[in-house]
Amino acid sequence: MTDIAWIDAALTSARPQAVAALLRYFRDLDQAEEAFHEACLRALKSWPTNGPPRDPAAWLIMVGRNYTLDELRRRKRQDALPDEEKISNLEDAEETIVERLDSSNYRDDVLRLLFICCHPDLPATQQIALALRIVSGLSVKEIARAFLVNEKAMEQRITRAKRRVAEADVPFETPGALERAERVGAVAAMIYLLFNEGYSATGGSGHIRASLCEEAIRLARLLLRLFPSEPEIMGLAALLMLQHARAPARLDAEGEIVLLEEQDRSRWDRNMIDEALALVDKAMRHRRPGPYQVQAAIAALHARARRAADTDWAEIDQLYAALERLQPSPVVTLNRAVAVAKVRGPADALAMIEPLADHLSGYFHFFGVRGALLMQLGRAEEARVAFDRAIALANTPAEAAHIRMHLDRLMKDSLPV
Amino acid sequence: MLYAILCYHDEAVVNSWTKQQDDAVLAKRHKITDKLAAAGKLGPVARLMPTTAATTVRSGREPLVIDGPFAETKEQLLGFYLVDCASLEEAIDAARALGREETGAFEIRPLRSFIPPSEMFKPRSERK
Repeated sequence: MTDIAWIDAALTSARPQAVAALLRYFRDLDQAEEAFHEACLRALKSWPTNGPPRDPAAWLIMVGRNYTLDELRRRKRQDALPDEEKISNLEDAEETIVERLDSSNYRDDVLRLLFICCHPDLPATQQIALALRIVSGLSVKEIARAFLVNEKAMEQRITRAKRRVAEADVPFETPGALERAERVGAVAAMIYLLFNEGYSATGGSGHIRASLCEEAIRLARLLLRLFPSEPEIMGLAALLMLQHARAPARLDAEGEIVLLEEQDRSRWDRNMIDEALALVDKAMRHRRPGPYQVQAAIAALHARARRAADTDWAEIDQLYAALERLQPSPVVTLNRAVAVAKVRGPADALAMIEPLADHLSGYFHFFGVRGALLMQLGRAEEARVAFDRAIALANTPAEAAHIRMHLDRLMKDSLPV
Repeated sequence: MLYAILCYHDEAVVNSWTKQQDDAVLAKRHKITDKLAAAGKLGPVARLMPTTAATTVRSGREPLVIDGPFAETKEQLLGFYLVDCASLEEAIDAARALGREETGAFEIRPLRSFIPPSEMFKPRSERK
């Protein structure tokens, strides 16, 4: 591995911790970002010749902090600095040695940084954009491309989000246990959203979407390192890894969706699956089930089946029933119906989803599942109507093409012999 | 003498490698291990999962099960090689070669005893 590639990886992995600590010193997101940016420039100059520091994050924090303090002093000489009182810890920040980052400080710093990005005042799309910019360090251009908007619009979206969180005034005191748990929950939800943005592929090229999924997994691992005994975070990390492990088999050479049952399982990423299964096992020991753990357990049953025919649908049905109790939602019931169709047949499954029609009248997958069940029951005409509706609601060409394949099959079957 | 070469790296960095970068590091290391293997000097090699997958059992009257690795350190134990070397110098050379163009550290620890895997030992994933 070349020096530059290593430095790049080191800067990326040190970023959350370094920006989080700088945010604590300066209590200003822009200032923290600028300090980190400057420290990175210096690292690129210094590390190739002087060798990398033992602790890159500590190095970046120290250099970024000293740079900013010098800058502020310089500016203060030129014109009176209006918001000096806003800069916290100026006294102890003068110390030249790096504060030893004890683990609880570090943990709350990073959690605060993540939490600021998913502040409840922000709409979901702004949360994700802000996290990608601030925590992951993606460029505005990259984020804009992933969301299929132009760079300027994304720049505005991020600026607006930053202003909103500055106004929201997230406290810098060490959070209490309850507050900490709430923050962890909000951050987990944001990571889950980010992953879905990449996974559901509502647009953008496959490559860019995959990088969103990888970024979400990186953040989930980060959160898990901060909270190593939190079973729901183990569940979240495992769930994302299990889903992402199937990515190489999800689309065929023409870019069309390959259903789980028809995927070439040898193309699944076994290393990622094994790590996720280890996390599921660890989470189960805690006997504190939650929605992420149950979803991970469902994904784990798919991953454990060597062939589609080996899938334990009865157990999956049970797990969806548990998920319905923990987190009732029509989409969960719809997913359960797929398992029910395997265990008890399409008639039972259809009866299960009929009451969902009102809630899911604009949902592509509802009509896809409904069409498939009707087709299995030999009700071709009704199936055709459902599939037509699904095509109208498809989010991507791949989804539409997949439904069209069902329609073609229906047409063929209904031709006179 | 048998030596264990224990690999310590910053796992946050290792985890943020792309697949290509990871493959490149493995390919580079394989050049070294292939040579050792050809000379009959390479024993078992293991790569460990990230420490987030680790569980620690602290012994005592009531053994305590804790999530996470035993030691919270800057660099984590991510794998090991077992090599049969004529001298410490040779083991150091092997560690140097393995770590070329990398950061992190290798701890060279002479073995006191070694029980080779029995004929019966076969990882579950490889059983039919």
